[in-house]
Formats: sequence, C-alpha cells, structure tokens
Amino acid sequence: MTGKRLLLGDEALALGALHAGLSGVYAYPGTPSTEITEFIQGDPLAKERGVRSRWCTNEKTAMEAALGMSYAGKRALVCMKHVGMNVCADAFVNAGITGVNGGIVVVAADDPSMHSSQNEQDSRFYGKFALVPILEPADQQECYDMMAHAFRLSEEVRLPVLVRIVTRLAHSRAAVAVGEAGPQNPLAPDGERGRWVLLPGNARRQYDALVAMQPDLRQRSLASPYNRFEDAGAPLGVIACGIAYNYVREALPDGISVLKVSQYPLPEDRVRELARACGRILVVEDGQPFAEEQVKGLLGPDYPVSGRLDGTLPRTGELNPDNVAKALGRPEGAVHAPAHNLAPRPPQLCQGCGHRDVYTALNQVLADYPEARVFGDIGCYTLGALPPYRAIDSCVDMGASITMAKGAADAGIHPAIAVIGDSTFTHSGMTSLLDAVNDNAAITVILSDNLTTAMTGGQDSAGTHKFEAICLALGVERAHLHVVIPLPKNMEEITRIIREEIEYKGVSVIIPQRECMQTLARKQRQKLANKA
Amino acid sequence: MKTDIKLSGVGGQGILSIATVIGEAATAAGLRLKQAEVHGMSQRGGDVQSDLRLSTDAIHSDLIPLGEADLILSMEPMEALRYLPYLSPSGAVVTASKPFVNIPDYPDETALLEELDALPKVMRMDIDAVARGLQAPRSANMVLLGMAAHHLGILGPDALRQAIRTVFGRKGAKVVEDNLKAFDAGYEGIQ
Repeated sequence: MTGKRLLLGDEALALGALHAGLSGVYAYPGTPSTEITEFIQGDPLAKERGVRSRWCTNEKTAMEAALGMSYAGKRALVCMKHVGMNVCADAFVNAGITGVNGGIVVVAADDPSMHSSQNEQDSRFYGKFALVPILEPADQQECYDMMAHAFRLSEEVRLPVLVRIVTRLAHSRAAVAVGEAGPQNPLAPDGERGRWVLLPGNARRQYDALVAMQPDLRQRSLASPYNRFEDAGAPLGVIACGIAYNYVREALPDGISVLKVSQYPLPEDRVRELARACGRILVVEDGQPFAEEQVKGLLGPDYPVSGRLDGTLPRTGELNPDNVAKALGRPEGAVHAPAHNLAPRPPQLCQGCGHRDVYTALNQVLADYPEARVFGDIGCYTLGALPPYRAIDSCVDMGASITMAKGAADAGIHPAIAVIGDSTFTHSGMTSLLDAVNDNAAITVILSDNLTTAMTGGQDSAGTHKFEAICLALGVERAHLHVVIPLPKNMEEITRIIREEIEYKGVSVIIPQRECMQTLARKQRQKLANKA
Repeated sequence: MKTDIKLSGVGGQGILSIATVIGEAATAAGLRLKQAEVHGMSQRGGDVQSDLRLSTDAIHSDLIPLGEADLILSMEPMEALRYLPYLSPSGAVVTASKPFVNIPDYPDETALLEELDALPKVMRMDIDAVARGLQAPRSANMVLLGMAAHHLGILGPDALRQAIRTVFGRKGAKVVEDNLKAFDAGYEGIQ
C-alpha cells in the first residue's frame, strides 16, 4: 500500500523495516522503543509473510537470535531502549567482529531527560565503540526511508548498523510517504567459518579487517544523502545531528550554514568544509556531546566550537526548540510566567493494583524491623519508592534487586528483601537468584507477578505460569516458596508468610500473583466489543 | 497558517483520543501535522501532555516553542495552568473546570479558578456533568473538543464532526452518536 500514513517515529521504522524485506524482529519492551515491535506484531503484511515477532526474554537474547537469522542470510531487526544496549553489549560489539550475512539493524531508542529511564546514556557511543555505521533519522519520513538504506548498507559493508532515535521522535506522529514492500532474502547460510568462530586467531584477523574498513565507512558518510551541507555563506556554522536539525530550523529557517548529520562515522571532510566556510561552529545534538568532542579534536584548540561542553546548550537533558533557539541567540519566547496554583502530579500505581497490596503488607511487617532494607527493581512497582508507600531503598538496573539484596545480606544487613516483577525476573533476575541459592544467602525475594510486562503497556511476559517451576529448578526449597494472592482480604496470610520467611536464614521466594488491572480492563473491554 | 495546541490532563482522561480526532480531521483536510506525546510511566495517574501542531506549511519541531501555543486544551484545570508559559499572547485556554484531585497537596480550588479566569481568553465548563446529563459519561473529552472548535481556526466544526464519525466508527453507531452529541453540547454551550 503506497501513499501517506500517519505514523509515530517508531511505527515508521517498523514499516520501513517490513518494506525492506524483514524476516524477524527481536526485542524486549522498553520505553520509548516498544511500539516498533508492536507495530510489526499487528501488521497484516508481517502476518502474511510470517515475520517472526514474539517478545524476547531480554535484549541479549534478542541480539543473538538476530545474529543467527543474519547468519542464515535473512534480514533481522533488533529494538530496545538505550539501557538495553548495556544488556546486549557483549553480542552487539562482537557482531561487529563477526560481521553479518543477512542485514542486521539495531534500533536503540535513547531517552534524554529520562522521561521513563534511569540515565540518559547516548547509544551513538556504542556504535563508535563497535566501529559500525550509525544512522540518526531527523524525522518520521527519514525513519521510514532509512530502514531500506540501513539494511542495504549493512549487507554492503557486512556489518550491523545502529539506528539511534530519541523519545521525541519515537513518540511523535507525522504523515509519512510510504512505498512498496520489497522481497525478503532467501535462506543462504554463511559458509565462511573463520568469520564466525571468534577464536583469537580468527578474531585478530576479523578485527584488523574491521579497522581497515573505517575509511570506507567515512567515505560512505560523506556520500550519504542523509548528511547534507546547506551553505548560506553565514559566519555561524551549525552541525545539527538527527532531530536537532528540526529545532535549529524551527528557530532559524535561513541565514545560517547548517551541516545536517544523520550518518556516522562523522563526515570529517564535510566538517572541515563547514569550518572553512564559517568563523565558528555550534554543535547541536540530543544526548551527550558525542559529535562535539570529535569536532573539537578535528578542528584543534584554536577553532571556536560551542555546544553542550561550554554551556551554550545545557549539558544534561533533552534538546527542545527553546534551548536551541537560545543557543542561536534568539530571545526567550515565553510571555506568561509559570502559574502559582500548581503542584507536581507524579505517576502512581493504579487503583486496585496488586503491587499496592504487596507494599501494604511489606510496610506492615517491616514496621517491626527498623534495620530492614528493601532492594527494588525496574517496573511499575518502582513507584513504591514514592508516597504513600516509600517502601524501597534502591532501584538501579534490571535484576539488581536480588543481587543487591544478596550482597547486602553478605555484608550483614538483615532483613534484606528484594522486590522484583515477573518480566524483570526472567529478563535478568534468574541468574541473580541462582547466585543467592548457591551462597545460601539470607534474603527474602518478593516476585510480584502481574502476568504481564505492565510498565510498557502490557506485553507478554516470558515466564508467565512458569515461576514456581523456575524457582524450584534454580534450587529454592519448596518449603520456602509461596504463592499468594495480593488482595486486602489476604493481608493476614501474606504478612504471616513474610514474617516467617524473614526469620528463615536462607533464600525464600514469595510470589504475589494477580493480573495487572490495565490488561484485565483491556480484556474485559475486548469481550464487550466482541459481544456488540 | 498554523495552529499549535498543547493538550493536557491526567493519565486515563482521554487526551489522546482528542488528539486522534483532531489529527484525523487535519489529515482529511490535507494539513501538515506533528503530534508528540510521552508514553510509559507517565500514564499512571500522573500529568500527561501532548503537543499537536497543524499547519499549511512544513512543520520543523515536534515540540511547540514557549509562547507559541494558540490553544491550551485541558481535561483538568490545574493541568491547563501547568503549560501557561507555552501560551501565545493571543492564545486561548479551553479547559474542564472540575479539579481531579489525586494528590495530597492539590491547590485551593477557588484560587486556582481565579488565576485561570484572570487570563485573557478562557473557557471552562464542567464537562463531566454535561456528559453525564447527556447519558454519555465517557464522552466528556468530546464536550471539551466541541468547546475548542471555536478556537481551531484551521479546522471547522464540520471537519471535526466528520473525524469523530471516522475515528469512532468501528466502535459502533451508539458510540459515534454519543460523541457527536457531546461535541455539539460543548460547541453550543459556549456560544
């Protein structure tokens, strides 16, 4: 179906990948990347072609499965939020060493300003680290168009290609001109064993080849249609990376020379050209000063370069049309002062949510244990840190609750309690639990199971209906594994079990199990709709 | 010609349905459009906001700059005030008047409404009461859209009515009817 479609940046990437002949998408949900995979799961063409799209257990399993599909000759897409890059880094970086057979595109959705994240790391560093090409679309149309370009590039240079977007593009909608779907790759396994068996002898050869390829990648950046030099003969030159281009053009539609950068390695010759044409350069990029540091290195200490490092733009937080306009010397736009009658309205656990009952029970018991520490994890239940519960003492990364509780218990903290959700547990908590069991750590794990990956909107959770079996298989004793239903009427039973297990000096797992209110309501609405 | 709209409310109040209807009307009218929203944690009873930009010309930024919103359209009065620095000198505020109180330190209601009413162009209505009166309690957001139709210079009320038919069509005739009724009540209520 050609024509115009109203698409989120995420959806435009998904459709672009499908039209580029995708055979499989591998992903773990994570804001702001989730809608890419969801779009493919619901797309009729993907169904018709049997594009593989089920959620993966975590980003590492996703990246590795994509590498397997690539080995077999087909095109694979991997999607994640920025911190997912940390989880799949081992596979991602080594995929740069093996290289690919069928094209691999890895989409990392960064979250500057941390709308729903614990940091604002810039994924472009991972691309540079792995020495692979990076694409950074500026708008929804480029999201769509770049996917065909990315898969072609991946197969031409035989490397994975990283596509980096940010929240404001992932979750913004615009009309996108779409084309026809191209064919999928046939099955054509790679016969070249030396590329794929990364014994040191092979790996050294592969790494040398990867390094030797860098001038070619730079040449491709220079020739890329997505890197554009708009020379206005102005004294100020602006390097605008990805979405930053839109904010620059919003503030100043003309009168400045702009180098729009959407493909890396940085097109160094074009940067020099801009430097020669102008007297100073402003680097505008969302995230960390990735290009800015390189530009400074390239032009030397005497050439004036400003950006996030010298405070012309804020060092942290996302770009917006206002801070970019200010950096370009435009006056402040607000006419109305902020209102007086305002209060923050933070997100909350839903009314009726099972996590609420878990925290009520935990707080009730821990009132008698002032030394207790509760190690939280990533999910809706992280909101238990806020009033009225104020129930958790930490939240760091996926799976850290169990391992941090274990380390704290090793050091002598008691009670040491972990609170982790079902999807986070299968993502990265199972190995933590095995460590705790093997050390017979005195910890109490509360595996709060709402039968879904709730925070990202209710995607399937990898371990649903398997948690007791998983815990037993990892060595948790039957006598110290409990399933309870988190409801106010069961409060006495739940608090009694928590108390008993705190007193047990080994690993206990309590599984409060009740469906998420959001997915339950959605199913009921669906039922009603089906009746009507 | 452009219209920049800051949509706001509390997670679950249905601001994204309003955005969808306006987006459908704009697309049908051949306008350019960008609509930015934040998903994820913010949907759980917290403040939610969406930037909707409509224009006959190219739109660069997905976000509305400070001082440029032609309209703040809010399902909740304090959430309307939250985005005041984005309102243009000639911009209007169209909002539900009834506070949604799910935080302990919600401001004094009288002071809040006074601050709101002191703005140059304000329209507010108890949209929940209007929707209940129409026996269409789930269509309060369309009452608000009806009120806003006076300020969407770039899109007329008929274009919005047609978009309501398109967007809610697959949910059945009754839902379309309820939403049109609610829209008209909002539109006529402030004439």
